[in-house]
Amino acid sequence: MQHYNMNLTLKVWKQKNNKTKGGFETYPVKNVSSEMSFLEMFDVLNEQLVSEGKEPIAFDHDCREGICGMCSMVINGRAHGPWSQNTTCQLHMRAYKDGDTITVEPWRADAFPVIKDLVVDRTGFDRIIQAGGFISVNTGNAQDANALPIDKQKADESFAAASCIGCGACVAACPNASAMLFVSAKVSHLALLPQGDPERKSRAFNMVNQMDTEGFGSCTNIGACEAECPKGISLENIARLNREYIGSMMSGSSVEGTA
Amino acid sequence: MPLNSKIPAGPIDSKWKTYKATCKLVNPANKRSLEVIVVGTGLAGASAAASLGEMGYKVKAFCFQDSPRRAHSIAAQGGINAAKNYQNDGDSTYRLFYDTIKGGDYRAREGNVHRLAEVSANIIDQCVAAGVPFAREYGGLLSNRSFGGTQVQRTFYAAGQTGQQLLIGAYQGLERQVSLGNVEMHSRHEMLEVVMVDGVARGIIARDLVTGKLERHFGHAVLLCTGGYGNVFYLSTNAMGSNVTAAWKAHKQGAYFGNPCFTQIHPTCIPVSGDHQSKLTLMSESLRNDGRIWVPKQKNDQRKPSEIKEEERDYYLERRYPAFGNLVPRDVASRAAKERCDAGYGVGSSKMAVYLDFGAAIERYGKIEANKQGKPNLSKEEIIVLGKGVVKEKYGNLFDMYEKITGENPYEMPMRIYPAVHYTMGGLWVDYELMTTVPGLYALGEANFSDHGANRLGASALMQGLADGYFVIPYTLGNRLADDIRTKAIPTDHPAFVAAEKEVSDRINKLMSIKGTESVESFHKRLGKIMWEKCGMARNEKGLKEAIEEIKALRKEFWSNVRIPGDIDEFNPELDKAGRVADFIELGELMCIDALNRNESCGGHFREEYQTEEGEALRDDEKFMYVAAWEYKGEGQFELHKEDLNYEVVHPSARSYK
Ligand SMILES: Cc1cc2nc3c(=O)[nH]c(=O)nc-3n(C[C@H](O)[C@H](O)[C@H](O)COP(=O)(O)OP(=O)(O)OC[C@H]3O[C@@H](n4cnc5c(N)ncnc54)[C@H](O)[C@@H]3O)c2cc1C
Ligand code: SF4
Ligand code: FES
Repeated sequence: MQHYNMNLTLKVWKQKNNKTKGGFETYPVKNVSSEMSFLEMFDVLNEQLVSEGKEPIAFDHDCREGICGMCSMVINGRAHGPWSQNTTCQLHMRAYKDGDTITVEPWRADAFPVIKDLVVDRTGFDRIIQAGGFISVNTGNAQDANALPIDKQKADESFAAASCIGCGACVAACPNASAMLFVSAKVSHLALLPQGDPERKSRAFNMVNQMDTEGFGSCTNIGACEAECPKGISLENIARLNREYIGSMMSGSSVEGTA
Repeated sequence: MPLNSKIPAGPIDSKWKTYKATCKLVNPANKRSLEVIVVGTGLAGASAAASLGEMGYKVKAFCFQDSPRRAHSIAAQGGINAAKNYQNDGDSTYRLFYDTIKGGDYRAREGNVHRLAEVSANIIDQCVAAGVPFAREYGGLLSNRSFGGTQVQRTFYAAGQTGQQLLIGAYQGLERQVSLGNVEMHSRHEMLEVVMVDGVARGIIARDLVTGKLERHFGHAVLLCTGGYGNVFYLSTNAMGSNVTAAWKAHKQGAYFGNPCFTQIHPTCIPVSGDHQSKLTLMSESLRNDGRIWVPKQKNDQRKPSEIKEEERDYYLERRYPAFGNLVPRDVASRAAKERCDAGYGVGSSKMAVYLDFGAAIERYGKIEANKQGKPNLSKEEIIVLGKGVVKEKYGNLFDMYEKITGENPYEMPMRIYPAVHYTMGGLWVDYELMTTVPGLYALGEANFSDHGANRLGASALMQGLADGYFVIPYTLGNRLADDIRTKAIPTDHPAFVAAEKEVSDRINKLMSIKGTESVESFHKRLGKIMWEKCGMARNEKGLKEAIEEIKALRKEFWSNVRIPGDIDEFNPELDKAGRVADFIELGELMCIDALNRNESCGGHFREEYQTEEGEALRDDEKFMYVAAWEYKGEGQFELHKEDLNYEVVHPSARSYK
């Protein structure tokens, strides 16, 4: 791999808090190495800003290895940037060349209000899980783990859905700011396992309800979510969620009593 | 205060049973009026908060990320151990217990470790019931793999995302309790002080990281589940936010710190690429199931790995440790890599790396797959294609991660790897009930020192976190709170809360008022460099003494020259980080003091003065078979207390993996 250095221009969304209006600011960044990650480039810029006595840019991040779901930047119009199936923290600067201008914005959705700069409030996702994204089993109630064999293919499919990192890129990518891909991933993860079966009906119904309450938009089958999802969560999950949801409506099963 | 580990009497395999049968219980009605604070929602905290909520306690949980699902546990890759013996390969509770004691180089407590092995099987049952999609075989049963330091296959896994799947399971259980009103969740909150009332931990001061406001929270007991402190080295495989602050505040309130110098350096991480590096990425130990580690036999060999013939390669782990080969424990593998690189055999542009090679595994799996598919006559190329498919299924996400970071394709050329700081065996000293030396203050998961001695075996941290949270604390906490049912909730205008809040706010004001010229990040980097060079993979008396002086000077400089932009009453990550780095600096000094005191080599603690002729760690059981528990006595002052370790079952011997 050939390494190189580059000078860039960054246009970054700055917003003091959710009560003030934000806007773009332009920053030159010099001597960025192609080996840096995108967030390391931000570290360099922030160090520069601190040394100039200016305020650094706030952004969310933690694991920096694509698994915690904390990082969240819309880069040149794309959630998590140009690489497919990738998070912001795993994007590396070799994706860019000398002289490039890069625009960076926060996730934009009514249900994800901006906290500061590139940081948004995603607690709506937690409340959707609270509405039914679990299996009601108390500690100590479990039978032997191998007492119930699970078809490998089903288990693998469930795992694939469970690999959602709850980042919210699907919402940011969707023109309607719908959270259907996120919700469907959780519904699929649990619906594909026999352990998740008893609460299947109420789960789909209650989670979708909560999604609406939070102010996420509705799904009109655009597919932008799947294209930007860093974990390759498939649209098939949305189809499954729709079936589960209709199932729960048809059976008239209770809306309450998830727990 | 003399240390009492409270290990129950009796034979090793009945201690925990006896404890459970005789500990005090709290009746359901009383539980409702007992409040418990859980700081941290990783595997230890989420499982504890959910379990205690289910039992009826009123729980308040805290984490500094925006959601409990993002705790650092999410990043664990390889797997979780359990003595299920599903593979019929000779595993048992005793063997897991024995492997862990030996792996820890005889510096862990037998009683705790046996309990861990006993509950390990329940953890897997619990997780499967909660919907954790572990890897399975075609017959529908759970699959296992091996990890270092063992000769059985007892590791359960979910591709390279085991921590994620386990944490999501525990998180969902936690959110269920939130929806039921049993747990109140405070995310984007950082605990900054333990509140002590009459010598008992009765609450915390937390800062709302969005508004910057300080809050007071009461609890009959406080549980710290705040993870490890590997980031004291600046570069580590830990998440960026992982820190020691909660544990350090507890330490300053009287909780002893156990074995602070015991650090795990993980052998297989992606090497440092430059000064801009902000963290290091682990390549899971599970890769050593199939990857072979080697360096060229010739010094300073500039050729591409593919040009170096089989007989010109030194598979140094297989050569030095034929019985365990590439699956020796982490401390042994890390030191062996350092030895080869220091001797001039390293690879890559920095020469501080060794190869982890999947060529042989790809071919082997390819052949097996060809046979399975009934195509024994495939060409070598076709076999390799099949083999890559198998390797992709096992480790695909790790290979992708490697390629994203390095730009190199590990299916085509061997990975370059080097050891990096990964885990801290040291932590708050706790007794058998997981209580620190401060009454009412508990530590669970990586935050405590308890089960891994001087070296942790792979796939055992997830096991310990969940053991503590799901199966230990629900009993041991009840044993204490049963005597606390008459204590009414203490109002938070109590003078102790007021004083603690003032303490925190004074410190924040002091930090903000320094207005120096150097960034927090820069201080953190400088601390990390001192720690890595002088208290890292190899330590010696001279270096440690120097480090202590350098750290003292760094602390002075920090408190007179740090620059923190922004304001107190707003979202200000630089301020959050400043408080954490200030605590890391103090901890760094204690780590060096502990490493200097321990005149022996054991597990991850390698003192160059104490080694065998073959370069293996040389323990001194006569003088150092104890847990070093340090008491805080004021700035830079610590008093050593010793908890002697008694081995009743396993007889300590030189640890050999040959
Ligand atoms: C890359 C990587 C891979 C690993 N792979 C494996 C593996 O395969 N198998 C294995 O067994 N182990 C593995 N480990 C180790 C294991 O993941 C950790 O030891 C374990 O997950 C720690 O869990 P925990 O619950 O103790 O803490 P954590 O998961 O670190 O959680 C800490 C929690 O405390 C909170 N917190 C911290 N300080 C404060 C504060 N002051 N105020 C409020 N909240 C606070 C955080 O928000 C977080 O919720 C791995 C570790 C790493 C780094
Ligand atoms: S579905 Fe994909 S994009 Fe949406 S939250 Fe999950 S991982 Fe992120
Ligand atoms: S920082 Fe964790 S996924 Fe990017």
